[in-house]
Amino acid sequence: MGSFDTFLQQVFNGLVLGSLYALIALGYTMVYGIVNLINFAHGDVLMVGALTALSAITLAHATAPGLPGWALMIVGMAAAIVVCILLSLLIERVAYRPLRNAPRLAPLITAIGVSILLQTVSMLIWGRNHLTYPQLLPADPIAIGPATVTATKLAVIALSGIIMFGLLVLVQRTRLGRAMRATAENPRVAGLMGVNPNAVIAATFAIGAALAAVAGVMYAAVYSVAHFYMGFIPGLKAFTAAVLGGIGNIPGAMLGGILLGLIEALGAGYIDQLSGGVFGSNYQDVFAFIVLCAVLILRPSGLLGERVADRA
Amino acid sequence: MTPVRAPATADPQSAAARRRALLTGLAITAVVLVLPLAAGWLGTAWVRALAFAALYVMLALGLNIVVGFAGLLDLGYIAFYAVGAYTFALLASPHLTDNFPAIALAFPGGLHVPIWVAIPLGATIAAGFGVLLGAPVLKLRGDYLAIVTLGFGEIIRIFLNNLNRPLNFTNGPQGINLIDPVRIGIVSFDRPLDVLGVQLTSPQLYYYLFAALAALSALVCARLQDSRLGRAWMAIREDETAAKAMGINVRNVKLLAFGLGATFGGVAGAMFGAFQGFVSPESFSLMESVIVLSMIVLGGLGHIPGVIFGAVLLSVFPEVLRHTVGPLQEQIFGRIVIDTEVLRMLLYGIALVVIMLYRPRGLWPAPLHGTARAPGGGDAPPPANRAAGGVEP
Repeated sequence: MGSFDTFLQQVFNGLVLGSLYALIALGYTMVYGIVNLINFAHGDVLMVGALTALSAITLAHATAPGLPGWALMIVGMAAAIVVCILLSLLIERVAYRPLRNAPRLAPLITAIGVSILLQTVSMLIWGRNHLTYPQLLPADPIAIGPATVTATKLAVIALSGIIMFGLLVLVQRTRLGRAMRATAENPRVAGLMGVNPNAVIAATFAIGAALAAVAGVMYAAVYSVAHFYMGFIPGLKAFTAAVLGGIGNIPGAMLGGILLGLIEALGAGYIDQLSGGVFGSNYQDVFAFIVLCAVLILRPSGLLGERVADRA
Repeated sequence: MTPVRAPATADPQSAAARRRALLTGLAITAVVLVLPLAAGWLGTAWVRALAFAALYVMLALGLNIVVGFAGLLDLGYIAFYAVGAYTFALLASPHLTDNFPAIALAFPGGLHVPIWVAIPLGATIAAGFGVLLGAPVLKLRGDYLAIVTLGFGEIIRIFLNNLNRPLNFTNGPQGINLIDPVRIGIVSFDRPLDVLGVQLTSPQLYYYLFAALAALSALVCARLQDSRLGRAWMAIREDETAAKAMGINVRNVKLLAFGLGATFGGVAGAMFGAFQGFVSPESFSLMESVIVLSMIVLGGLGHIPGVIFGAVLLSVFPEVLRHTVGPLQEQIFGRIVIDTEVLRMLLYGIALVVIMLYRPRGLWPAPLHGTARAPGGGDAPPPANRAAGGVEP
């Protein structure tokens, strides 16, 4: 396997990872665009989605053993989406809405508290151990050119692409999308124009949660494991992706996600050679943080964001 | 003849207030001194809990400088604790001599740096890391600052976890053990000591040391709060642009906040290493940063007595839980339904959310401007026109 083959393989892996980050980053960016809040608990919504889907899949398999793998996957995703939407609506109503006009520190600390709560409740429901995700789609490797892919990874890329396209259509072409853009720009004037800001904000949280649920199920399917702490690192990296693309900017989140996935996959693949063996691929997570710091210091508005003098 | 010079304490109220403060201080000191002896009756675990409470007080005071005084939300504070702990661990354990022959040659008797070198060194290195963290994030505020500091804390933990190849600096996930205990003169803190006829066990000795350090930290913080630097911190917390307009060098003041806050963390970390005798990256996770943050948020952000109260409450309460809820669950349900560790985390989460929703200034907040001095304490001033016969407003 030549070095170009390795490169292609890593590019493919990067696209898979990047699609997942993009989906999660969209949740962060939409919420930040509309209420100026970093939803710390977003990564944990992802985790709840993945674990809910696992329970649903196990239940479905027990009651209807004849169902094919892809049907089980759909059942799991549907269950995850429903639960995550309800969960995020609850969180928004109880923890974030009362603090909408509070000083900046308060919603941030509340979000941290919600994140801890989600992790602990999940620990109580699903236990502390790593749970195995069943292989629902055929696991035989398919060769695309020199790169080896699996059906699951192809499904991730395809599904993410469809969802992102759908979201762009939603935001640009529908009434709800127009209402979301208006509320993001100026909630009070949007209210004067007949938009219900509370409903729009709730809808934004719900859409973000649905995306996170899908991303969570796919993340667990790709890595074949799910546990109560799985949302933290992907959540943080997705936030980095959102900032990279320009927070509040939807195409930016998609671009940032894909870019970050590529940077991480290529970096992890080549860091051994680049650093002469000092740093190995176990430093993979550090890449995202370095990217984050670099973006915030050098270009805080992100790749597609508007230039802002002082990011508050 | 009436006296020409009024006595120094002319105001009877301030004299009474000073007397009250002195008595409260003496009472608190007495409790602090006697507590470990009483706890010793109940068991060593309680004394250790008290010692950890004192460490957490130091950490909380340090984080209070960054978050409470200067308003810079730091979610990676535990990194400085880790730096202090690992510094002491590397300087006072056989790890470096075991892994680097050159160092073994230079120090044939082993590396046993005494604490009066190790503590300042740990503090200085932690302060260096604090400035290192602060320098690139000066322009960031609020949410972004929180995330970047969180990332920094995680980076430190990942590096500590992985710096065992190719050169074994930190021994990776296994951590460094066989760390020297604190030695002052000929007294070694890992052995019981006879003081004035009272036999003090090792945890009790550590407790007194940590309590003294915590008291010193509180004193330093109190002096800082009322100094020019402290006021500069509060100015940039309230309104950075106005502070700049008033001539405050915001960059230096922020760096000082990070650096000084990190110093407290470094000292606490070094003491933690000596106390526990073992450090590993597991003790320095994000959850620990969040715990210290919840201590100062719960106690009263920016208010030193509140912060101390929050730290003591949130570090002793889990121990109380462990001893009461466990047996209680056994009695009621016949088995442990909720593990106390999980319960502890659950309560932290609930506490953070509930406090922010209902008492955002904490359980013991600083008195608001203008209300502490009035005799009624917080009552609105009487309406001005009452004496004049009252005109309808």
